[in-house]
Amino acid sequence: MPEPTHYKSGRPIPYDNPFELFAWVFMRISGIVLLFMAIGHLVIMHLINSIDTINYQFVVQRWATPFWRIYDGIMLFLALLHGFNGLRTILDDYLRPGMWKKWCTFLLYAFSLILLVGGAWVIITFKPK
Amino acid sequence: MKVELKIQRYNPETDAQPHFENYSVEAEPTDRVLDALLQVKGLLDGSLTLRKSCAHGICGSDGMRINGRNLLACKVLIRNLQQPIVVEPMKGFKIIKDLVVDMEAFFEKYRSVKPYLIQNEAAPQKERPQSPQERERFDDTTKCILCACCTTACPSFWSDPDYVGPAAIVQAHRFIQDSRDQGGEERLDILGDREGVWRCRTIFNCVEACPRDIDVTAAIGEVKRKLLFRKI
Repeated sequence: MPEPTHYKSGRPIPYDNPFELFAWVFMRISGIVLLFMAIGHLVIMHLINSIDTINYQFVVQRWATPFWRIYDGIMLFLALLHGFNGLRTILDDYLRPGMWKKWCTFLLYAFSLILLVGGAWVIITFKPK
Repeated sequence: MKVELKIQRYNPETDAQPHFENYSVEAEPTDRVLDALLQVKGLLDGSLTLRKSCAHGICGSDGMRINGRNLLACKVLIRNLQQPIVVEPMKGFKIIKDLVVDMEAFFEKYRSVKPYLIQNEAAPQKERPQSPQERERFDDTTKCILCACCTTACPSFWSDPDYVGPAAIVQAHRFIQDSRDQGGEERLDILGDREGVWRCRTIFNCVEACPRDIDVTAAIGEVKRKLLFRKI
């Protein structure tokens, strides 16, 4: 006889699934790291340099060194996943199970994946003209 | 003094929806809400249905929502409440009648965390010794009386009835932290799932609701920390 997966009430029987643990830890660590990275980003882009001096040439210069590519890459991944996980939690908390929830969750996953792949693609393959 | 009560009534055989009814009884300011409710039941309307047992804040059967907060009716004094005193059943459970709710789902979650001593070794000749420091670690969570005030005050539970809820986590904590118990790993497996402790958003409603003053959110935090540090 297969193991039952639900209690009598229909509540799923829990099993050792570390996903939510990792998501929880990730939120805290990425939050702290992002705090410093985002402040660094803000200082460089808006305080040291003015936004009207930032142009294509500026980006070319900046991304000539792998350090800034890696910096921006890490920030992209952390910020996107942090925001994605926050939204996932909100959808999970506020939407009742059903089609509406499935669709919203699907859209969230799809949108986040597109942004992540698109951003990573630019950072990795960027070559100055 | 005159005490005005506004009680939510629901009889599944005649009512489509719960509704409020007003009652007025004579009581002392130092009487408890339970005294006023029993006056209503005894003198005004015998059909008023509620759970009560010891009436001294120990059995945990008369948890209800009084003036919008989860309280034990036998613990809260009338003089500490604004009138009319609004009395409703606990939120998040199916109402059976008036102030009595169906707590089967609550106890199913309680049973799911294995709230009993698990020991694989043969029982010793005498007792299993424990130092005062080891006892202290779970002292707070031994105070739980399973009244469900915390779980039914929890917004995470309202939005997700599958969430194991603060009361069951408190009960699990009591045994996870017990040096004589060997079932900690099993319980952590159960609580580490998505309907376990990770549903807790540290809203602190449970702490405010607990009539036994258990620091529920701290206990949940300790379970989270245990889960985290056993993975690393």
